[in-house]
Amino acid sequence: MSAPAELRLPRYRRDPEGTHPPLDYAGYRSTALRHPQEPLIVLPQLLTEVTGPALGQGRIGEFDNDLTKGHAGEPQGQRIIVTGRLLDGDGRPIRDSLVEIWQANAGGRYQHTGDRWPSPLDPNFDGAGRTLTDGEGRYTFTTIKPGAYPWKNHDNAWRPAHIHFSLFGSAFTQRLVTQMYFPEDPLFSQDPIFNSIPDEKARQRMIARFDLDRTEPEWALAFQFDIVVRGREASVFEDEEDEH
Amino acid sequence: MPETTPSQTVGPYLSIGLPWPDGPDVVPADEPTAIRIHGRVLDGAGVPVPDAMIETWQADADGRFDHPDDPRGAVASGFRGFGRCPTDPGGNYEIRTIKPGALPGPAGTTQAPHIDVSVLARGLLHRVVTRIYFDDNDNSGDPVLASVPEARRDTLIAVKTGDGYRFDIRLQGQGETVFFDV
Repeated sequence: MSAPAELRLPRYRRDPEGTHPPLDYAGYRSTALRHPQEPLIVLPQLLTEVTGPALGQGRIGEFDNDLTKGHAGEPQGQRIIVTGRLLDGDGRPIRDSLVEIWQANAGGRYQHTGDRWPSPLDPNFDGAGRTLTDGEGRYTFTTIKPGAYPWKNHDNAWRPAHIHFSLFGSAFTQRLVTQMYFPEDPLFSQDPIFNSIPDEKARQRMIARFDLDRTEPEWALAFQFDIVVRGREASVFEDEEDEH
Repeated sequence: MPETTPSQTVGPYLSIGLPWPDGPDVVPADEPTAIRIHGRVLDGAGVPVPDAMIETWQADADGRFDHPDDPRGAVASGFRGFGRCPTDPGGNYEIRTIKPGALPGPAGTTQAPHIDVSVLARGLLHRVVTRIYFDDNDNSGDPVLASVPEARRDTLIAVKTGDGYRFDIRLQGQGETVFFDV
């Protein structure tokens, strides 16, 4: 029994084993010196954990969700529309929530001083976007399809084409950063980051679906990518209601 | 029911998409009670991590949140409560904020003032989560600190310096920061 003064807080369910990658994953060399070796300590979901920031209101520019705009010309590459919904694990849309993306250009080069591989930068492409989900949790970006690129993780290593996504949901417990991949990429089999997800079905949830219905004639291919953050346990209050 | 999308690393180029010009400033420049929290992120070899990002989330000075799931009622204080700062080439970060108030905890306990922290970086396939407490507060009754082995508690406590508080984050090895499973 709860004491009368006990605060009733929502609880967020644990994701099934295998949904997320381990922090220590030998195939991805950069984890070697960066993963904690001590076991994680369970943090109860208290006030700070079940609340979270409401970001982005009044801060999003008109073209922030169109990465092909804002420069002197259009970027090189295949123009695409990426659209989907931000949902929690109970299928509820998360409204007015900040979605941030970043990506390489069509040749697989990032607009970053650390990226030096010999593929050209595109003066008309920066590769960053942001938007807020609408009343149904929907978001849309217009961009170009990023290219694959080499990295030094293993011999002849290439990252499959991907777009980085950053999501907040509505609570600290729901914070998620992921990568969206494209269907049937031949580079999946050799990519340790993609394959770090133990559950094969969970891995497939990072792959966008080609969407002919949203594809715009004479303009752009569309891909659909729904993003799901942790769902809630039934609250204590609801359980008590059930008993009546 | 839809199933959760897996986590992936932010990779080496998070600075393209995530930092904001005012990200480290949780409070406006003229906030008289502002404090500076600063430190370094270090890897298992003690080498600074130059491509990490720190994110912070906290209550306001009264221990309240502008959020509908605070059962005490949301307060529309306009306090953002959130900060983010990428590390520089020396692994340094800095957040300007205010010290949060104490918060009610489970079973009548009180949580000492604290800030929740996410660390994102290349080489982290999933964020790691820690908490910042303050060495000039009474942390003795805090239920979360009490759940941490005593010998490791000091990794969660920011130390007052001349111009703020220092909170280093050691991802691995000697003096490894306590990370939480939330």
